[in-house]
Amino acid sequence: MNEVDQTVLSGITINHYLVLSIILFSIGVTGIMIRKNLIILIMCIELMLNAVNLLLVAFSRYYGDANGQLFVFFIMAVAAAEVAVGLAILIVAFHHAKTTNIDVFNKLKW
Amino acid sequence: MITASFYFLSLLAIVSALMVIFLRTPVYNVILLVITFFCIACHYLLLGATFLAVSHVIVYAGAIMVLLLYTLMMLNLNKADEPNRIPRQMIFGIVVAGILGMILFGAISRIDNNQINITANGQIGGVKNLGKFMLKEYLLPFEAVSILLLAAMAGAVMLGKTKDPNQTIESK
Repeated sequence: MNEVDQTVLSGITINHYLVLSIILFSIGVTGIMIRKNLIILIMCIELMLNAVNLLLVAFSRYYGDANGQLFVFFIMAVAAAEVAVGLAILIVAFHHAKTTNIDVFNKLKW
Repeated sequence: MITASFYFLSLLAIVSALMVIFLRTPVYNVILLVITFFCIACHYLLLGATFLAVSHVIVYAGAIMVLLLYTLMMLNLNKADEPNRIPRQMIFGIVVAGILGMILFGAISRIDNNQINITANGQIGGVKNLGKFMLKEYLLPFEAVSILLLAAMAGAVMLGKTKDPNQTIESK
């Protein structure tokens, strides 16, 4: 099993995964910057979380350590809780303001 | 073969992630984000993390994105009611995110390139190994996560219920 894995993944280094997750994380940050819809912002946050999760799994495989994969599992649970509460807040905000445009919610802006 | 599928999955993930942030119809964005998540799940499979791949599909594509899509359709937001973006804001956003990406690339550029192959044991991502880990070393966080999920569910219900029982979404 170990020999097979060494041969099939021999062309891919940890740098490939670093680059991929940095690109995905930057796309998520770009989405946070340029979009105005609250639901899209939640989706961009999920994208950033997943980029980091991918890197955790890659490093877990790289070091042969299962702790990273357990962390990803717990991050998934926290992300599920976050989305549940975040969507509830979004629905309350939508009932309050009749829109999901974040430019409306500017009471805490300087 | 594995290398080719790595590049294919990476390209598909990046393209669909870009379409998530640049298309204007929210339902399309959700569908494209599901495609991105499937690509990430396939990456987990390539890395040998089979349990995580399965739970990623179940949790993200099966639960979180369906919840988002359901909210989107319940609030009737598919008309792309986002106002036209200010081009200056958009350019600044892309520039700032690009700078962040450059900084991160600079941070990893000192890693010795192309010398480190992913050659660890492929069995660590299986259900057996992870289950042993989870229920021995991570038993307390595992129980704490269940309390967290219960609290999140109670909080979502508390936030979501309206004070006036006669008030519905239609009675705007």
